[in-house]
Amino acid sequence: MSRKKDRPQKAGSSEKSSLTRRDFLKGAGVTVSGSMLVGSTIASAASPGPEAGFVGPGPVPVTLRVNGKVHKLNLEPRVTLLDALRDRLNITGSKKVCDRATCGACTVMMDRKPVYACTVLAIEAEGHNITTIEGLAADGKLTPVMEAFVKHDAQQCGFCTPGFVMACTAYLERDHNPTEEEISKNLGGNICRCGTYRGVRHAVLEAAGMKGGANGNM
Amino acid sequence: MEAFEYASPKSIQDAVRLLGSTWGGTEVMAGGTDLVSAMKDGVVTPKRVVSLKNVKELQFARGGAREGLRLGALLTIRELLDLPQAKQEYPGLVQAADGIRGEQMRHMGTVSGELLQRPRDWYFRNGFGLLAEYDGKSLIPDGQNYYSAILGNSGPAYFVSPSSLAPILIALDAKVTLHGPNGRREVELSKFYRTPQSEGEREYVINPDEILTEITVPAARGMKTATYEIREKEGLDWPLAAAAVALEMDGNTVKRSRVVLGHVAPVPWPSPEAEEALNGKNLTEETADAAGKAAVSKATPLSQNGYKVQLARVAVKRALMRAVKGEA
Repeated sequence: MSRKKDRPQKAGSSEKSSLTRRDFLKGAGVTVSGSMLVGSTIASAASPGPEAGFVGPGPVPVTLRVNGKVHKLNLEPRVTLLDALRDRLNITGSKKVCDRATCGACTVMMDRKPVYACTVLAIEAEGHNITTIEGLAADGKLTPVMEAFVKHDAQQCGFCTPGFVMACTAYLERDHNPTEEEISKNLGGNICRCGTYRGVRHAVLEAAGMKGGANGNM
Repeated sequence: MEAFEYASPKSIQDAVRLLGSTWGGTEVMAGGTDLVSAMKDGVVTPKRVVSLKNVKELQFARGGAREGLRLGALLTIRELLDLPQAKQEYPGLVQAADGIRGEQMRHMGTVSGELLQRPRDWYFRNGFGLLAEYDGKSLIPDGQNYYSAILGNSGPAYFVSPSSLAPILIALDAKVTLHGPNGRREVELSKFYRTPQSEGEREYVINPDEILTEITVPAARGMKTATYEIREKEGLDWPLAAAAVALEMDGNTVKRSRVVLGHVAPVPWPSPEAEEALNGKNLTEETADAAGKAAVSKATPLSQNGYKVQLARVAVKRALMRAVKGEA
């Protein structure tokens, strides 16, 4: 059952119908000029149009640069980066689990910073370099983080693993010398229901070139 | 998620122009970490979203020990944690930011969004509204109130303020700048939050056509600050109770103190009782504990959340001891 259906009708309704007819007409006007603007911006790449008005709610052109490759799409503004990657581009390494910025299975990098792809609108990812798990070992050779995950058995069912690898990779690019405690705390944005956290900690320590990882006996 | 129109203006002025004059029709998006999930859950259903992503004038952090700190709305939690001035002068602020877990959240989330995030209350997040009323009566006192308020809960609201940064910022006498159609105004953060009295009201005094653009923190003047949060788990979650303190000390004597509790009331909860218990006293384990006791002296727990009274008391004590010991 969807939560929405269980809701009493009155809930939320006070906040809903506040768009006046005048607002609507004004909006309709800007929408037209807005979508024209986006059209022209895409041609000139990265930065969105000057004086951008509203675009959508229907599909608008969105250009995504994923793992170095440029993709031109037509997406509604509400489409998340994760849905665009998985459903439109067939780049399915990033997983959809909680879909609420909590579990980390969808983690990708935007300009090498870790983000929850489920909670970034695709239209907001325009102009950024997006790296997914597919982009990490593009030449077929495992990265140090991946090798360490294998060595320390940092996965069991494996479903959370791409998100963990992305989060760990981004984290180590920022912080080269973490303690085990820092790893636990700062990588708290990913959840593994199999409970492989110990392996993940050791893998990160090893990938960071620390002693603890090499001695970690899993 | 319902469909919406989207705009990403480049200036504060343009952004303000795109906002509506009533709540609900248009939402402002900074990092989006709260808004996108709330839209997926149908908790908010805007027809329009105004993204601040391209408003470059909101991406800054300025100032330092002498003149105080100015934080732009789009400063991320990660950037706040990395700010040398914050680390040196306002450890309590950095400790609060450190409680916001997961690097993803820290890189995406902004300081303004942290202050404006909507409550985590189960009833609110499941579509029953901020006041969780059904047939004119709140469902919370007789319902699932494990995480609900223990202070300021005489009604009509029982949710707890979700912000981790607000308590320490209030203890530091911070202000926020709001930009609206008639220009800008400054509001003391201590007067920014309110307990909504009816379902249509929001939990803060910002108007629907205003944008929170800046947080101003006065000079630390050698004050001792700390935040202590008590949480159920170390990963991404909101604390069960937190205390933020800012102390002006004369040797070991407390000259002036600010004690603000978080996650225990519908608003960040300043405790004049705790401050009174501290001012003029030597700060010891005993006086810190007395301050904690005073802070919860007026608590009125509900059927399931009595445990939070003890947590809040201990949070005050530990925040005070952390402030004077100067540990990170």
